Amino acid sequence: MIVADRKPLQEILEMIKDFNKILIIGCKGCVTVCNVGGSKEVGILASSLKIARKKEGRPLEIDEKTLERQCDPEYVDQIKDIVNDYDAIISMACGVGPQFLSERYPDSRFFPAVNTTFFGGALQHGIWEERCAGCGTCVIHYFEGMCPIARCAKSLLNGPCGGSAGGKCEISKDVDCIWDLIVKKKMEQGRLDDLLEFRPAKDWTTSRDGGPRKSVREELVQ
Amino acid sequence: MRLSYPSNVKIIQVPCTGRVDILHLLRAIEDGADGVYVAGCLEGECHFIDGNLKARKRVQYVKKTLEEVGIEPERVEMFNLSAGEGPRFAEIAREMSERIKELGPSPLNVKKAA
Repeated sequence: MIVADRKPLQEILEMIKDFNKILIIGCKGCVTVCNVGGSKEVGILASSLKIARKKEGRPLEIDEKTLERQCDPEYVDQIKDIVNDYDAIISMACGVGPQFLSERYPDSRFFPAVNTTFFGGALQHGIWEERCAGCGTCVIHYFEGMCPIARCAKSLLNGPCGGSAGGKCEISKDVDCIWDLIVKKKMEQGRLDDLLEFRPAKDWTTSRDGGPRKSVREELVQ
Repeated sequence: MRLSYPSNVKIIQVPCTGRVDILHLLRAIEDGADGVYVAGCLEGECHFIDGNLKARKRVQYVKKTLEEVGIEPERVEMFNLSAGEGPRFAEIAREMSERIKELGPSPLNVKKAA
């Protein structure tokens, strides 16, 4: 899923300081699963903002809504009858949400309430970790199911580097050296020689290096 | 035991403090409560294993939120005591009431009156 963290309250308060009637829109997709922008978090943010503004003596009127997703036009359409009732709209979806909303409703003001961080999974409830960098050309099968693009600090394709010590990366003792894990797994499976294989340089044009990306599936386009 | 505790304490019963949500605490403050506290079972003695530990983390979250918006985090607190400790319950009620009296009314109420 796409993982995000909520922005600090002060940053959100600063964004909406000139407005008095706000709509907060959550998303039932990834940000609900990582507990940052679902209906519950929308409620918590609404209450926190109301407390802050009530304390300032400038009460804030807030309505709450959570869409099925904010990355599909049919769901973004669902607020068309109410969008003009608000001074500003806060989106708790990943970075896609506020952009889809802005494109669909060019006359309204939209603000992001979360910082979108990475593609990852839950190690346990409350802890998420990066697993994919969305590079566009998947190579994890060469590395025993572990992605050195997302999980090596240098995205090395021929690690480990000199910064690997005791199975940890030099950037932090909390970060595993993914190359240490790859080499160990290759050794356990008796396939260490795989790493000697020569391969052409990875195609980075499918990553951000090729500019903004687009995926067109002709069989689906109507 | 016929113990008395301050009449300004309004009790909301829940089956376990694990049921207490961040939003319950925030809404109480938002609606004008000067303070909110959660009285849970002793740590390690939760009938539902870790309800009181979950409640403690939620109380911490609310304290942090209040601090972020410039409200005294001491207005929200977590206490642990066993169901058999009636006198301690009354003592906590007095302790919390005293604390809130020292802090004064919630800044949300002060602004409203001004």
